[in-house]
Amino acid sequence: MATAFGGDSGARVPARGDALGRWVGHHPIAALALAVAVIVALWLILAPWPAGFEDVFGRKRLFINAIFNGITLGALYFLVATGFTLIFGLMRYVNLAHGSLYLFGGYMGYEAGEWTGSWLFGFVIAFISCAIVGMAMQFFIFRRMEGQDLRQTLVTLGLSIVFSDLMVWVWGGNAIQIDTPDYLMGPTPTPIVVAVKSSGDAVFLQYPRVRLVIFVAAVVIGIGMWLALHRTRIGVMIRAGVDDRDMLSVLGYRVQLLFILVFAFGAGLAGIAGIVGGTFQSISLGEDSHFLLASLQVVIVGGMGSIPGAALGAIIIGCAEQLGQTYFQNYATVLTFVIMVIVLALRPQGLLGRR
Amino acid sequence: MALAQITDSPSLGEVQRTNTLSRWASQHAAILLLGLVLLILPAVAGDFIFVQVVGWAMILGIIALSLMFLAGYGGMVSLAQMTVAGVSGYMITVFGASSLPAISLFWPWWVATPIAIAIAVAFGALTGVLSSRTEGIYTIMITLAIAAAFFYLTLQNWPIFNGFAGFTTIPAPIAFGVNWRHPLPLYYLILLFAALSYMAVLYVSRTPFGLALQGVRDNPRRMEAIGYNVTAHRVAAYAFAALFAAIGGILMVWLNNQISPGSNGIEASIDLLIIAVVGGLGHPIGAFIGAIIYVILRTFALDSLVAIGLDGRRFQTLIGVCFLAIVLFSPDGVIGLWRRWVARAHGGRSGS
Repeated sequence: MATAFGGDSGARVPARGDALGRWVGHHPIAALALAVAVIVALWLILAPWPAGFEDVFGRKRLFINAIFNGITLGALYFLVATGFTLIFGLMRYVNLAHGSLYLFGGYMGYEAGEWTGSWLFGFVIAFISCAIVGMAMQFFIFRRMEGQDLRQTLVTLGLSIVFSDLMVWVWGGNAIQIDTPDYLMGPTPTPIVVAVKSSGDAVFLQYPRVRLVIFVAAVVIGIGMWLALHRTRIGVMIRAGVDDRDMLSVLGYRVQLLFILVFAFGAGLAGIAGIVGGTFQSISLGEDSHFLLASLQVVIVGGMGSIPGAALGAIIIGCAEQLGQTYFQNYATVLTFVIMVIVLALRPQGLLGRR
Repeated sequence: MALAQITDSPSLGEVQRTNTLSRWASQHAAILLLGLVLLILPAVAGDFIFVQVVGWAMILGIIALSLMFLAGYGGMVSLAQMTVAGVSGYMITVFGASSLPAISLFWPWWVATPIAIAIAVAFGALTGVLSSRTEGIYTIMITLAIAAAFFYLTLQNWPIFNGFAGFTTIPAPIAFGVNWRHPLPLYYLILLFAALSYMAVLYVSRTPFGLALQGVRDNPRRMEAIGYNVTAHRVAAYAFAALFAAIGGILMVWLNNQISPGSNGIEASIDLLIIAVVGGLGHPIGAFIGAIIYVILRTFALDSLVAIGLDGRRFQTLIGVCFLAIVLFSPDGVIGLWRRWVARAHGGRSGS
């Protein structure tokens, strides 16, 4: 089975467009529904809404804001979940301390920002400090329980409890807001019409610049990771490890070193996300479990161990959460949950996951 | 050499037989002794000890028992069992009595209780349907996601769950001429259900269903090949386990006289897993052992930490470190420690 996968992915990667065509050929109804959904979504976002339509669904500004917030929140979720899914895909245990790493990165970035006054320097510190914690966890603890995935997961759980309590000790229970740097403050005009004035002029959406920048940064990181996974030697090793780590080890590659590197990278990404989260919202006690939950939902919806899946899942969960909060507050979390249930019922391995 | 072995073997067998006999007796003596102590406890201990410590531990034990049943016999580590307890707890306040007449329906206890349990069992079975679509480590992820989703639902929803405020003043009923709100009757009610749940799990683990479930845990593929319906066994196990969680949830509400999102929050779900793992997943008594350790730590950690000069607020770290130590050094929990200790004691005696 593993060799079948290896052969398959080798053949599939160069011919991605062909794979899409094959998928459309096999699932014409699903493809049609998807195309209609994309067109409807584009129309909803780009076109000014007719008056009667606004009466039923509320103001367009509200909807567009929810969509933009959802997508940028999705970018944040992607940063958190991608490390989570990478670690899970390669090492086969669920890192339940991932939310703690997110929170730790946020606090370290905040401290670094307070010391140096530089927002960007905070990212470096957050990445490095979380990567060091991650390396230590992998090196001192998980390496010793190779293959006992339940026990490893339980250890991550114990660590998350200790970490979160220690962080409350150091930073207290109050929410901390990381200041947006001046050059990213304020709104940016976008070419999207949200309303039409009585004079006939179009009103364009103004959107916080920092959120757009973060979104672009997340896309760049995502593409960079895809390139690193598919175009570099270490990427080949990681993908081979995801498919069959025993075989990789037998071939003479240093799998333990690879594990430590991947864990460090995933933890570092969570740390970066902590600063982003602290700038978007705030970081406080309880945010660790919130982002652990978000990562879980993202990888369950998108597909466990898949990075494109994490991107897709993050956008879906982010948008569902924001739309839910805008239109039916009392049941907002039920919406994301329902999406998760539907995915589990129809495709237990996740949208882009594989068995 | 061979001769020595042959002459040795009967005496070895005898030693082993007396070992298992004495172990059986000692185990049952321990249970009987424990039952006796629990029965006479209210006569010697104050209200606080026997209700808030021992009663609370037994309730947590009942709920942890449902986790232990799924994890120990079914191989499915579900973090949603506290959520099942939360569902039944919320349902008993919605259908029964509380301080919020706008939400509570004030139906009599003999209607509200079965409805609450039925809804919770249905919820548990649904959890099972969802999570048995995947296997192993995925179960933790999905059940944790379910637990968190229900927690955020109770937090954000006001029409049914009354948001973060939750419900207060949820009295236990007055039934059969007994006021179950008083500590003493409530304590015996909890004890009764703890004993019943314990015996039920022990009994079911030896029925054909329980044995098939253990087969599914050890090798689902083989069981499927033999002709067992693996998914049906798993879902049935979830439903059966949900029954205990539901009972525990109702008792929890009656004991605490309140319920709020925190009662079934992510921390509570994780604490329940800690209880079950620390006690040991190998035997139903582990759930209760873990629960009493947890409650004692939780009740007295503050004072004892202060007493040795540490910050009393760090008891969560203490619990986390204890949990880590158990997972790292004795994966089968306190029961495992106990069994190894007994084995070593007996081994030492037979060796001498």
